[in-house]
Amino acid sequence: MSWIQDIISPQTRKWEEFYRNRFQHDRVVRSTHGVNCTGGCSWQIYVKEGIVTWETQQLDYPLLEDSLPPYEPRGCQRGISFSWYLYSPLRIKYPLIRSALIDAYREEKQKTGDSLTAWENLQNNEEKRKQYQQARGKGGFRRVHWDEVLEIMAAANIHTAKKYGPDRVIGFSPIPAMSMLSYAAGARFLQLFGGVNLSFYDWYCDLPTAFPEIWGEQTDVCESADWYNSKMIADMGACLNMTRTPDCHFFAESRHNGTKAVVFSPDFSQVCKYADQWVPLHAGSDGAFWMAVTHVILNEFHHTNTTPYFIDYVKKYTDSPFLIKLEKDGDHYKPGRLLRANELEAHRDIENGDWKFLQIDTSSGELVVPKGTVGSRWDKTQGNWNIKFENIVNDQPYDPLLTLLENKEEVLQTEFTEYGLDKKSLRGVPVRYIETSSGRVPVTTVYDLIMAQYGVGRGLEGDYPADYTDKNAAYTPAWQEIFTGVDSKTVLQFAREWANTANATEGKCMIIIGAGINHWYHSNLMYRAGAMALMMCGCVGKNGGGLNHYVGQEKLAPSDSWGSLAFAKDWQGPSRLQQAPLWHYINTSQYRYDGQFSKYNTVPDNDTTRQHTADQIYKSVRMGNMPFYPQYKQNTLELSKEALENGAKDDEGIKQHVLEKLKSKELEYSVGDPEAQENFPRVWYIWRGNAIMGSMKGHEYCLKHYLGTHSNAIGEDSEDHTQEVNWHEVAPTGKMDLVVDLNFRMDSSALYSDIVLPAASWYEKADLNSTDMHSFIHPLSAAIAPVWESKTDWDIFKELARVTSEVAVKHLAEPQKDIVNLPLSHDTADEISQPEVKDWYKGECEAIPGKTMHKIAVVDRDYTQIYNKFISLGEGIRNNGLGAHGNHYMCEDEYDELIESNHFPVEKQNGKTLPSIKEDVSAANVVLHLSTLTNGKLTHRAYENMEKKSGLKLADLSEGSQDVRINYQDLQAQPRRYNTSPLWSGIMNKGRAYAAYTYNVDKLIPWRTLTGRQHFYLDHEMYLDYGENLPTYKPSPKPEVYGDLKQTLKDGDAKVLNCLTPHGKWHIHSTYMENLRMLTLSRGCEPCWMSETDAAELGIKDNDWVEVYNDHGVYCTRAVVSSRIPKGVCIVYHVPERTTGIPKSQVRGNKRAGGHNSFTRIHLKPNFLSGGYGQFSYHFNYWGPIAPQRDTHVTITKMDKVIF
Amino acid sequence: MDVRSQVSMVFHLDKCIGCHTCSIACKNIWTDRKGAEYMWWNNVETKPGTGYPGKWENQDIYKGGWEKDGDSIALKGAGKKKGLLNIFHNPNMPMIDDYYEPFTYKYLDLIESPASDDQPTARPVSLITGKPIDIKMGPNWDDDLSGTPDYARNDPNLEGLTPAEQDAMFQLEKMAFFYLPRICNHCLNPACVAACPSGAIYKRGEDGVVLINQDVCRAWRMCVTACPYKKSYYNWNNGKSEKCILCYPRIEAGFAPACMHSCVGRIRYLGVILYDADQIESAASADESELVDKQLDMLLDPYDPEVIKAAKANGVSDSTINAAQGSPTYKFVKKWGLALPLHAEYRTLPMLFYVPPLLPVMASVTEVSKDQNDNLNPIAKQWTDSWLYDTSTEELWGTIDQARLPLKYMANMFGAGDESKIKGQLQKLMAVRIYRRWKTVGDISEEKVNEVLKDTNLTAELADEIYNLTSLAKFDDRFNVPPAHREQAIEMLEFAGDEKGSTGFGIKEKVQRGL
Repeated sequence: MSWIQDIISPQTRKWEEFYRNRFQHDRVVRSTHGVNCTGGCSWQIYVKEGIVTWETQQLDYPLLEDSLPPYEPRGCQRGISFSWYLYSPLRIKYPLIRSALIDAYREEKQKTGDSLTAWENLQNNEEKRKQYQQARGKGGFRRVHWDEVLEIMAAANIHTAKKYGPDRVIGFSPIPAMSMLSYAAGARFLQLFGGVNLSFYDWYCDLPTAFPEIWGEQTDVCESADWYNSKMIADMGACLNMTRTPDCHFFAESRHNGTKAVVFSPDFSQVCKYADQWVPLHAGSDGAFWMAVTHVILNEFHHTNTTPYFIDYVKKYTDSPFLIKLEKDGDHYKPGRLLRANELEAHRDIENGDWKFLQIDTSSGELVVPKGTVGSRWDKTQGNWNIKFENIVNDQPYDPLLTLLENKEEVLQTEFTEYGLDKKSLRGVPVRYIETSSGRVPVTTVYDLIMAQYGVGRGLEGDYPADYTDKNAAYTPAWQEIFTGVDSKTVLQFAREWANTANATEGKCMIIIGAGINHWYHSNLMYRAGAMALMMCGCVGKNGGGLNHYVGQEKLAPSDSWGSLAFAKDWQGPSRLQQAPLWHYINTSQYRYDGQFSKYNTVPDNDTTRQHTADQIYKSVRMGNMPFYPQYKQNTLELSKEALENGAKDDEGIKQHVLEKLKSKELEYSVGDPEAQENFPRVWYIWRGNAIMGSMKGHEYCLKHYLGTHSNAIGEDSEDHTQEVNWHEVAPTGKMDLVVDLNFRMDSSALYSDIVLPAASWYEKADLNSTDMHSFIHPLSAAIAPVWESKTDWDIFKELARVTSEVAVKHLAEPQKDIVNLPLSHDTADEISQPEVKDWYKGECEAIPGKTMHKIAVVDRDYTQIYNKFISLGEGIRNNGLGAHGNHYMCEDEYDELIESNHFPVEKQNGKTLPSIKEDVSAANVVLHLSTLTNGKLTHRAYENMEKKSGLKLADLSEGSQDVRINYQDLQAQPRRYNTSPLWSGIMNKGRAYAAYTYNVDKLIPWRTLTGRQHFYLDHEMYLDYGENLPTYKPSPKPEVYGDLKQTLKDGDAKVLNCLTPHGKWHIHSTYMENLRMLTLSRGCEPCWMSETDAAELGIKDNDWVEVYNDHGVYCTRAVVSSRIPKGVCIVYHVPERTTGIPKSQVRGNKRAGGHNSFTRIHLKPNFLSGGYGQFSYHFNYWGPIAPQRDTHVTITKMDKVIF
Repeated sequence: MDVRSQVSMVFHLDKCIGCHTCSIACKNIWTDRKGAEYMWWNNVETKPGTGYPGKWENQDIYKGGWEKDGDSIALKGAGKKKGLLNIFHNPNMPMIDDYYEPFTYKYLDLIESPASDDQPTARPVSLITGKPIDIKMGPNWDDDLSGTPDYARNDPNLEGLTPAEQDAMFQLEKMAFFYLPRICNHCLNPACVAACPSGAIYKRGEDGVVLINQDVCRAWRMCVTACPYKKSYYNWNNGKSEKCILCYPRIEAGFAPACMHSCVGRIRYLGVILYDADQIESAASADESELVDKQLDMLLDPYDPEVIKAAKANGVSDSTINAAQGSPTYKFVKKWGLALPLHAEYRTLPMLFYVPPLLPVMASVTEVSKDQNDNLNPIAKQWTDSWLYDTSTEELWGTIDQARLPLKYMANMFGAGDESKIKGQLQKLMAVRIYRRWKTVGDISEEKVNEVLKDTNLTAELADEIYNLTSLAKFDDRFNVPPAHREQAIEMLEFAGDEKGSTGFGIKEKVQRGL
């Protein structure tokens, strides 16, 4: 082997400096990526000669418990590509504005010399307005100076406030947690102005509505290290490799520790490689599988072989022992509502008696009013909000009776509906009779109803399944075969292993679930079906257990302090926080194309379900269940003036005036007439997100109705018109006066905006980042200063505040009174306001703000002071304290420290000294200094407060962290794990992995629900009306009824495929999608994946160009043909940009094709419009209809001609 | 015994996510420049699949590696003997289309397009010609495909499988894929070194890293042909060939290589292995059935006093011997017998070893009855397929024989065709899982656990060791980077104290074009 020589000689090897020189660098700075990937990874950003050259992951995470793998390294292929953007040709270097707009504006400015008058004249000129609207998205950008764009935006702001009201100025920015200060910058400006923030989590359909339904939580899940604690993991709808890339190793590694892994996915997705068993059930049929799993578990582990661990668990932690009334319906009964304490003579006058529910004591057989229900949460007497087995009436302990099987007075035939086969069954349910104020009523327990619903007969008479092979009866293993295509044997093995593992480990079975499930129309039911199998086996609130939903970086860890700063609550009262899905549904006019939801939603036929969703939204707004801004056709600033002119003496008088005008219907709700031009949203700020493309379901309708530019939609108005919402024959186009986008890259939203502002990237600013996936807070840091003329979001909105205040000095100098409508809110006493659904507007009850209708607030606004307030922290925090999720603490000492300590800067204005938040780093330090997560003194205080409320011992949880103070520089030095805090439901002391609801289970703190327990049963009237009071299976609607292809298929047949848009491998939403690294490693585009069978039938070969289209629009791309895709579905990974390599569509007249949201349209589930009722109460990004797109169908044709 | 030290690698394929973070970590630092755009010193392939460059494993096309030549071996394609005949025309080189034509997009059009009647879009253009390009190939073209006539079914590793077996691999009930990350193997018998007419390629004495001297390279490109893994690339801009340098500037500074540092699946391990260089020739020229065993035989026990003595005699430093003793790769490869070289039959004695992946259990399919379709809710979607899919198993886990992808296929990659080796390793991985299940859940009987441990030559202690390094390992457990002792190398040229004050000064110049 003479040819192989080991060379040591340094002389020969002197050339090696060639590569050594490349590696040498000057600086390494810690930052992360604010991209809603939920990763929250700490990165080393390398700077060499003033240029960011590359990034690698930080490795210095503190360790958790010894038995857990470490978190390092965190970061994926996308994150490590980010540095490409900094100097790429996509980078926005200077402010840009479209020539059609700037020319028209300058012409008016020349004439009038005043920015506001110029803007007003331009808006009044219909032709010129149309001209620049139609130019949107079609090139013609021009570089302008910062001063000029700021002047235009400020003029548009003040003009809109004066003419229509401030609630026509709208902002959209997604998921604050990924860069919370950048979010806060825009939100703070908008709320000081009186503008509106659109929600995001529900809009993306990332909000798992089953979480509020079952647990009264927006979302609460374990950190990824806790996956490792699980001993059986069911992964469904979450491709961990793709979407949880930095966490995936915990899944892989736990298998080597003896964990069984089962993956449910219609395609052989990447995560299937880790599965012991891959279960390719039909897309969207997961709910049926889980219903059958629970059927087996109830039968074998609850009924025939009663498992003590499971029984103890459901008694203690679920609503299963609560009593439900059965209602007579002809010759049989139907499950009804919870029996209330005040329905009994004995407790007629008990405090909050509508909101206290009943159980039976096993030993005495007596009725008991348990502690910990929502009623005791808001009682004047504190100390009973706990879930100990104690009667609130006399503090006596008791043992809840789970089932009436052995104690029944009668068995009543009760009706249950199975929606898949559309079959009603009468099944015997054991009851007891109770004397109530309305007579003698039969009641049963939730547990007994669940047994009947799942078809576990327990020897009772009725239409129960014969055995597991009974395929006509819900919910047997044989029955689920019809829907899932999966053999019963697989169900049986899974269910038995699941229950056995849970029993052996006391709850270490886990579901990891994601957008693959949550984006279906009936996602809440699929989640509930899975959650039942968990709760029935005692797997929630346990390390290694739980329903762990990872869809969106929704966990803003220090939200107690941040919320106040972000929504300017330090200065003023209520904020305008808008539920986005219903807002876009109405304002993009998509409701017009929708028609009656009962055509695609399997619901019982009744008055509630025989309606249009838009009418239901209108009702929910006036009842205070949902917000809607713009509020009124009349300008709210004018309305208060009118009230004062009419003799109102004070704010109360103004409110009274508004109420009277509403009752007389003289004052109209904007939601009741969305196509009237007075009700248009006018000015739209987009930052940190891709509002026009990435998240915009019904993107082409947005182009048409919001922007007034070209659209590829051919959908037509539905023949089902709205009844209450005023129907206009022609829907307006071009509602928006001005669209502004803050961006570091030219994405699809920037391309369609009027003004594009150069924003600093994630390596060029200070910010904070937190996530579900781990329990650290990460900083974003400036490795270099913002490049070219870009600025941080904090500085851009600060500048906008400054210039807007300056314009106000001339045009809106006098202080204003704004009237703000507020929905009934979760985690406040509002959640016990509407025991019944009654519409004051129709005279069904008295109109009482805050009770039967929304609240009305008066907010003082001084438009000249917006800037001063923006840069300083108001004394509201000092006076009112902070809190979130129903926690509260005073913090005047810590507020004063911000002023007195030399470590923090201050602002002196109007004779006062206030903490300064002029710079982003100061804002970061304020958030950290005032949060219970990062200031141990406040943590302890918050637990002490919760001790009073609950009557439990809790302060031991914070004893070890009292000295903890974390500031921004600490975070830059090393990741810091935050404190266990009552703000969150996981206990993390001593390195324990965060798992949701361990606080509830270990400490007996109630869930924030009606019963204070986890809910199997949902007794809201709307849930009864919609047939979702019990966990159930509702089938996916077929394409003919969903309305995607009415025009497209008019002229004949075409092959129809279900188009799935899961998260992809080469991007996070649209970010990184057009990054050259990612395009190079994929197919140079975002392709459409098809099965071999479907491709062959359509004459399509791998890498052919195809058009993917339906009534709503078209996407042109290349096909990828793979045998891992099942037939009948195709996949376009979310989100393609329409900016990169998109040809013109031949099926839509040679116009540029769009993206994945070009073939979607909004469909909403109206039962999520419920409100004022326990966990069914509005909160921003917590409750309301979500905007699914997974049931979308398309047709595909091969492109003969590819024209760019 | 001629003891030398080699920095070796283990990639645990069972853990690989297929994310390609490694590829980009490498690209960002080393190949993000003109002429190097198409080079992926680190790439990740989906298997089954044809990889990058396309069908690189098919040596009938590319003639890489060595072949047996009597008692010894000879280069299959471009040797000094054969290669010099073809020095101006190398017929066995992958061409740009076998890799892919690097491309970008006319991004600036989005910002600079004048006002028009339709939306601008950024068209793809070639990075070589600047002209619009119809993208037909990329460095990861068959990513996640797991099928299709064009790619997976042309995987050279399907050799020896019957058409029926091959067909079954792409049916829903048996289909699977896994990922194969690849870097330069820094072989003990590197074909590239042997093939270079300029003598530009060498193996570093202290750590075995194989490098192409950028001063000496004259772009004959024989290394491109000779490397059977196609991990040597020609830089079309400066006319030099380049390859993975195992991030020696990082190793010298005590860092793990960038691809390993960034491996978010935590699948990579790096450590020193001591080997006996006297055995290189016999190991490389062994019969195919003995290739793997002979290669493993060369690797020496770092605790053996004889080995230590011989190493010291060869100038291997104490710190390197110490690193070899703490080497995670030695444990995987030798102590536990869990990792194998990729394509040992190429005879280059690669120093990168792979732990094979476990895969889901096979399923079976029967025809579903459609008699319920008429009874469905009229709104309900109906599915057109008619299969009923059963993936149940008798016990908690299926057996290795029930795993997806035929053993023969995996053996073609990792066992030089020998199925028994790969099977033994997969059984060992399962044995550790069964043992840990028993320990953490207890729903498997102790008898069963003892039986599987015995069958796989494991003890409880060994199983815990494997589990620890597989699952709980921290960064420093996975990467044991030996000290470089740069001061000693520098001292051979100048006083190290002078270097302290003068290092880094100078003007950066581009290398001279090779051709």
